Order: sequence, then C-alpha cells, then structure tokens
Amino acid sequence: MSEQKSSPVTQAPVQGLSLWMMARRRFLRNKAAMFSLFVLIAVAVFSFGGTWVYPHAYDQIFDSYVAIPPSLEPYPKEDTLHQVMQDAAEHGHVSLADFSVTGSTYTAKVTSDKAIDPRVTRYLDRPDEFDGAAIKETLDGGNSAIVTGTVNRQYFPFGTDRNGRDLMPRIMVGGQVSITVGILATLVSLVIGVVYGAVSGYIGGRTDNVMMRFVEILYSLPFMFFVIMLVVFFGRHFVLIFVAIGAIQWLDMARIVRGQTLSLKRREFVEAAHAMGLSNWQIIKRHVIPNTIGPVVVFVTVLVPQVILLESFLSFLGLGVQEPMTSWGTLIAEGTTGMQFVPWLLIYPSIFFVVTLFALNFVGDGLRDALDPKDR
Amino acid sequence: MFRFAFRRFLSAVPTLFIVVTLSFFMMRIAPGGPFHLERPLPPQVFENLNRAFFLDQPLIVQYGHYLWNLMHGDFGPSFIYRDFTVAELIGNSLPYSMTLGFWALLIGVGGGVFVGSLAALKQNSLIDYMVMSVANIGITVPNFVFAPLMSLVFAVVLGWLPAGGWDDGGFRNLVLPVISLALPQFAVFARITRGSMIETLRADHIRTARAYGLPSRTIVIVHALRAALMPVISYLGPTAAGVLTGSVVVETVFSLPGVGRYFVLGALNRDYTLVMGTVVLISIFIIVFNLIVDLLYAVLDPRVRYE
Repeated sequence: MSEQKSSPVTQAPVQGLSLWMMARRRFLRNKAAMFSLFVLIAVAVFSFGGTWVYPHAYDQIFDSYVAIPPSLEPYPKEDTLHQVMQDAAEHGHVSLADFSVTGSTYTAKVTSDKAIDPRVTRYLDRPDEFDGAAIKETLDGGNSAIVTGTVNRQYFPFGTDRNGRDLMPRIMVGGQVSITVGILATLVSLVIGVVYGAVSGYIGGRTDNVMMRFVEILYSLPFMFFVIMLVVFFGRHFVLIFVAIGAIQWLDMARIVRGQTLSLKRREFVEAAHAMGLSNWQIIKRHVIPNTIGPVVVFVTVLVPQVILLESFLSFLGLGVQEPMTSWGTLIAEGTTGMQFVPWLLIYPSIFFVVTLFALNFVGDGLRDALDPKDR
Repeated sequence: MFRFAFRRFLSAVPTLFIVVTLSFFMMRIAPGGPFHLERPLPPQVFENLNRAFFLDQPLIVQYGHYLWNLMHGDFGPSFIYRDFTVAELIGNSLPYSMTLGFWALLIGVGGGVFVGSLAALKQNSLIDYMVMSVANIGITVPNFVFAPLMSLVFAVVLGWLPAGGWDDGGFRNLVLPVISLALPQFAVFARITRGSMIETLRADHIRTARAYGLPSRTIVIVHALRAALMPVISYLGPTAAGVLTGSVVVETVFSLPGVGRYFVLGALNRDYTLVMGTVVLISIFIIVFNLIVDLLYAVLDPRVRYE
C-alpha cells in the first residue's frame, strides 16, 4: 500500500479474482436479482419487524369491526359515532341530549329523569370506540351530566377478517411462519440430503446401490400422499410441519450431492487424506461436503420457494399451523371461501405471497447465473 | 417394440407392489382410524365396525387380505362413504377428472410447445419477452392462488362464467377450471420448449438443412421441432399422470366432482381403502405414461431402438 502511495504513476497490479468475488460481482450487476433481493428484504422486515411496531396483535378481535373493507380512514367512522354513543347511553338507561367530537376527545351530555349514577360512565366506555369516560360536571341537580372521554381511532389499512381481526398483522405473522418454515425446512432437507448423498457417493458399491434404490422408491410414491401422511402422523405442530416437509424434499439434494461426490472421491486431495489415515467420516466431513457447496447453494435457492409453496399448499388443504396462528397459505384459503363478500381477504395475502415467490425465483436465477462457472 | 412394451409393463409390477406396501404400512402407523370420530362411538358399535372391516385383525393379516383382494381387482369398500366401494367412487369421479385433465393437457402442452417454439424463433423479441413473462407468472403463481383469483374476476365481479359446478360439463363450466389447471403446465412446457428449441436451432443438422435451401417452415416443423421435443416428452409422462388424475385445488375451488379431492379427504378421514385406491390409481397412471413416453422416444428419435 505504501509503495502505491509513493508512486501514484504506476498502475496497481491486476488483482486476481476469486470465484466468490466474481460471483458476487456478477450478482450485483444483475438488476432483476438485486431488485428482487431488495423486495425480499422489505418483505422480511415487514413481516418480522412489523409486529413489533404495529399497534394491533394478530389475534386481537375487534367486535365492532367485523369484515370491514380496507381503507386509510380511521374507524369508527365520524358519522357513526353519534349512533354508537346513543346506543351506549341507552344501555346505561340514560338518554343522550348532546354529543360532539373535537379531535380525539368527545363531550356528551346525558340526561335522565332520576339522578345520574356516576357509574354510568362504565356503560359509555366501549371496547372499540370510546375510552376513559369521566363525568366533568353535573347539571340540573344531578339529573344530567357532561361526560368527556377519548375516541379510540383504529386504522385498518388492509381491512379485517370475518372474526374482526386486523388483516395486516395477520399477514405479518403469516409471513413469519411461511418464511421461517421455508428456511428451516430447507435446512432440514439440506442436512439430510447432503449427508445422505455424500455418504452414498463416497462409500459407493453395494451401499450406494441400496441407498439410491431407496431414494428411487421414495420418488415413485405419490408425493402428496407422502406429505399428507407425514403431517397426519406428526400432527399439526409448527416444528413438525417443517420437519415433515424437509424430510421429503431431500431426495433431489441427495442425488445432486452424490453425483458431485462420485467425481470428488477420485481426486488427489481425497486420496492424500486417505493416505494420512483419516477415517471415512472425517474425509466426508472435511473434504467432500465443503467441495459440493456450489451446486448445493444454487439448489437451495430453488428449494426455498418450493418449500414455501408446499407449506402454503398444506395450509390451503387445512393441514397447516393451527388457529389463531396463521400462514400465507391459510390466509389465502380463508380468503377463498368468502371471496364474493370479502375479496380483500384473498387479494392482500395473495399479493404478498406472489411477490415473495417472484422475488425468490429471480434471486435464485441470479445466483445460478452468478455461480455458473461456464458463464464468464 | 411390442416385446419391449410388454417387458416394461412386467417390470412395473414390483414397483407397484413396493408402493402399495409402503403406503399401506405408512398409513396404518399414523395415529387414529376411520372410526375414531370427534364424538366417540359407543364401544360396542366401534368394535363391530372394526370387525366388519377386518380392522381387529393383526396388521399383517389385513395386509395379506388387502393384497389378495387387490390382485383380484377388488379395491374393497370405502370406510367413510359406506354405500360405495372404492372402485365405484373412483369410477364415478375419474371421468370428470380425465375430461378436465385432457383439455388442460391439450392446452398446456399444445399451447406451451407452440408458444415456446415461437419465442425461440424470435429470441429476444417482444413476443419472446411476453411469453417468458407469462411463463414466469405461471410457474410462480400457484394453483391455489390463481384459481380463486380467476373465479373472483370472471365469475364474481364480471359474472361472465359460473363460479363452479359441473352441470352438463359444457364449455362455460369448463373454461375456468381448465385454464387454472393448464396454466402451470403451459408455463413449464413453454419454458422447456423454448430452451431446447434455441439449442436445436444451432445444431448441425439444422444448419445443413438451411444450406440445402429447405423452406424455413419445413426446417422448423419437420427437423427442429422433432429434436426439440425430446425434453418435452420426458417431462410429459409424470405431468400427464398428475393432471389426468385430478387436482385437489381446482376441484375444491370450482366444486367439481373429480377424483383428486378423494385423495386428501381419504387421508384426513383415515379412509384406508380409498387412499390406497387413489394411490394405486396414480401409480398406474404414472407407470403407463412413462411407458408411453419411452415408446414416443423411439418414434421421435430414430437412434432409439428397443429390441
């Protein structure tokens, strides 16, 4: 470095590029993949960060706002407030004489033919609309009172579902479940597939034959049957769902790794390791598996969207996580059943789901192009 | 060729046997049973039901029993749909699934191959980009999102088509389910065809054909397409088997009486015989179509010979 500084005229020596640096450069140049990566990060931040910031919980039920369409206006609507307060007053056996709202506080005048019991305020507090009612002053010798309190304004930008739960945090939690299952199930299949494939390929011979024959048999089983059976067997638990999915997605991975291993085990460094007296397992762990990483990384990026799709499909069939937990597939399935009346329940989860899958596919394609050693 | 087909058919028997055995035991290991209802049956009734369906026997006896019946073409009675045998249930619903699947396959494969070739011939043109965008959508948007959205737009909002049901199986009832079923296939086949067509167009024999001065239509249809179809054919087998044996999603969304939903319903209700029946059906379809694919190879590629 110091030499370069002292003689700025001479060109810096041409730096050799490692395979990974070249791959990274190529990936950074791929606009579609970079944009998709950005979208993915945004979706992940929305899903995982959103629940911390957003005021409503995913299982919080708003009885007054069942199946309201998405809007940027706050609820309750201004023109309904008077009616709600009137109903509340009637409930408390007083009548509403005057009602006005300024900002987030309201002032109401209630009258009765008897003296007003101060406990009437508890009737005026509504779980969803009004809060903190307090008698400000009493008039007419106690027969009427001025009550003030706050108006609870709630925003439902994505609307609510048919149980009165805000759709937005549900999409966030659904995203958490879908993304987590996608990643964890991929990891499960990665571990099983890589170890199985490497062992089978490295040991070879009869063991290889038997192990690959087993994989072929699993291939010939109807795929959905296998998944459904595993989910039925394991029960509908979050952890078990991704184990079940991972346990069937490893077949392709095992084949890819086996193919790589077959060519790797003839290489000199493996022979050298053998000559140094390393055990088979040590060689597999230290020399074979790390060298299969390229194709495995590419396959993993293809696998994640597949797993998310599969999880959502299971949820669509009603085999996914249990209420009130949710996932994108569950939300889409719920949206499907009532799309005539509450179409936003179908549209919003679908948008998130499809955008994520699109982005994942583009990132996967970008990674494949970037890591492909033939394409320089 | 006939002898090859026969031999292949025979070699499918052990595969089928393994599939049946694995499915049988996997399902029995799963907890619950067809008569474990949410409101438990009286113990007397429960025992009698189990005895009637041989469920009180040891598993291995049941397995032998099932295998014996299966070899005689008897799929057994359904545990849940008590008035029907499994063969009746499948026989009644398979025509619907196959009609649906046939049209979907025709549109998916025919359309996909046509559009894919077009995109390959006009590589990097507007057509190419349009085809590839549609293909990308078809691959990323799953059935269970696409089908409800189609139904929402064309049946609910626009009111052009019925939202579901079979009725007389007319054009109007079939359009939406067929399109929903065909789109993913269309996308996959368009992509495969485009890729292999681009490769084929650069091949030597195409260059030779051009040098001979053959009309480009002849080159594409007779020489290029034939070679480009090879990867398409190998994908066709499992796809055709899957599409013709019904789709759970499409049948559920459009409330059609096909065979696909029996699979899921059967597994959820532990209707052992019904699930086994559908598993055997799907396996047979896969085996038959793989055989057809192998024979098609020989037709398309003169280098392939089966003796």
